[in-house]
Amino acid sequence: MSTLYTEIIQDAYKHPAHRGDLPDHSHSFEDENPLCGDVLRMELQVDGDRVRSARFSGRGCAISQASAELLLDRVEGRAVADALALEKDDVLEELGIPEISPARLKCALLALKVLKGALYGLKA
Amino acid sequence: MMTTDLASPLDVAAIRRDFPILSGATRLIYLDSAATSQKPRPVIERLARYYETQNANVHRGVYRLAEEATAAYEEARATLARFIGARPEETIFVRNATEGINLVANTWGAANIGEGDVIVLTEMEHHSNLIPWQLLAERTGAQLRYIGLTPDGRLQPDALEEILAGGRVKLVATTYVSNVLGTVNPIADMSRAAHAAGARILVDAAQAAPHFPLDVRRLDVDFLALTGHKMLGPMGIGVLYGRQEILDAMPPFLGGGEMIRRVGREHSTWNDLPWKFEAGTPNVEGAVGLAEAVRYLESVGLEAIAAHDRRLAAYALSRLREIPGLIAYGPEERGALVAFTLPDIHPHDLASLLDERDIAVRAGHHCAQVLHERLDVPATTRASFYLYNDERDVDTLVQGIGHAREVME
Repeated sequence: MSTLYTEIIQDAYKHPAHRGDLPDHSHSFEDENPLCGDVLRMELQVDGDRVRSARFSGRGCAISQASAELLLDRVEGRAVADALALEKDDVLEELGIPEISPARLKCALLALKVLKGALYGLKA
Repeated sequence: MMTTDLASPLDVAAIRRDFPILSGATRLIYLDSAATSQKPRPVIERLARYYETQNANVHRGVYRLAEEATAAYEEARATLARFIGARPEETIFVRNATEGINLVANTWGAANIGEGDVIVLTEMEHHSNLIPWQLLAERTGAQLRYIGLTPDGRLQPDALEEILAGGRVKLVATTYVSNVLGTVNPIADMSRAAHAAGARILVDAAQAAPHFPLDVRRLDVDFLALTGHKMLGPMGIGVLYGRQEILDAMPPFLGGGEMIRRVGREHSTWNDLPWKFEAGTPNVEGAVGLAEAVRYLESVGLEAIAAHDRRLAAYALSRLREIPGLIAYGPEERGALVAFTLPDIHPHDLASLLDERDIAVRAGHHCAQVLHERLDVPATTRASFYLYNDERDVDTLVQGIGHAREVME
């Protein structure tokens, strides 16, 4: 039993459907959280105004890796505008945790930062 | 489960009752004393008593209250000086060990270290004893050389002599006890070697002063820095020791009130030691609180604390090693901490899962990134112990790790 490590987080961390890379990606970005050494890379294939496919790679804690999985699951196949509109609360909603300590929030938001980085310059 | 044949030299249950934060309804398993220690009631009460009965600015007023505050501050200095075997003139109050090291780098270092000179560091330094020297080296063109580590986390035996033989070494800056590996470095030997080569030695004693007796004369070091909050004292107070003749020759650090003798429009002269290095109103509350912490430590006994720490570190090491896949870093003989990794759980996840069971451990690189690169891990989990911890805390930690594994498997 754990209040932070919900079933959603555990499942996304242990069985990520979007882990890997996209050799023919159109957009990519990589960043790290120096505090804990989490490293995250995302590769996206953007087709017109749609995110056709999305993959992530990297290493880090369960929160950072689960966030990447859940965010990419949410944006894949959807409009770029939807991905650009994502905010902190959307990440926490995906993770299924209403509250998180400031230290762990950085882990949770790394995926959002990398996603925004990859889509930087695209118009909603 | 391992059983220990020797009882702890400390009455841990009685000690815990002196620490309000450890005496709550839920038992707090506090295993992060290497980051900061908890505070015993006498220290907390001393801070209140200072403000309730003694507060005035020091070295200024002629009224009795100001004299009392000054006396309390200087008595605190005398207590700290005695604690490390120094003279009060050599005992400078600073904010913390970091500030003490920066003071040396910016005064003695700037005046004595030039282009091509060598500063020797170790691969196990905390950033507090690394960044000040990097900044100085960038400014002056000095070179940094690192003493490497053995596989079990001790300093390479002949590395210091080899670097010293290369010449131009002005300073050896080393930690006494590693905040990640627990390694206790042979400071007296290193001092001898440094001095034989004409170099000075600075010791970061932040992880040593809380745990065993220190004597700057016996160690024969030139500078030593410690921080109060890791040794039961308040935050924001620490001590820099410097050998008197070196301090006398050093330019001042921060300029302002208190550190001056006579101020002119263009030039001024400096106060006597130690006040030459204490510009501005000092942390009087912190100093008297730290002196109270020293009295508490001495009433328990530093030798007894050292024996307790050794015993608990050995017990923790043996219990943690029972956990399949766990890697504990550092040598057998060590200070009161164990940093480790698990193959299947990230340190931050482990720390969060342990927190759900009121177990406080540290996860990350512990301000020692050069060391973590050497260990080839981005982060470790560290459990550190002090006089208020016992085997039960270790056992609870081991159970907590088992629980974390169940959640994450």
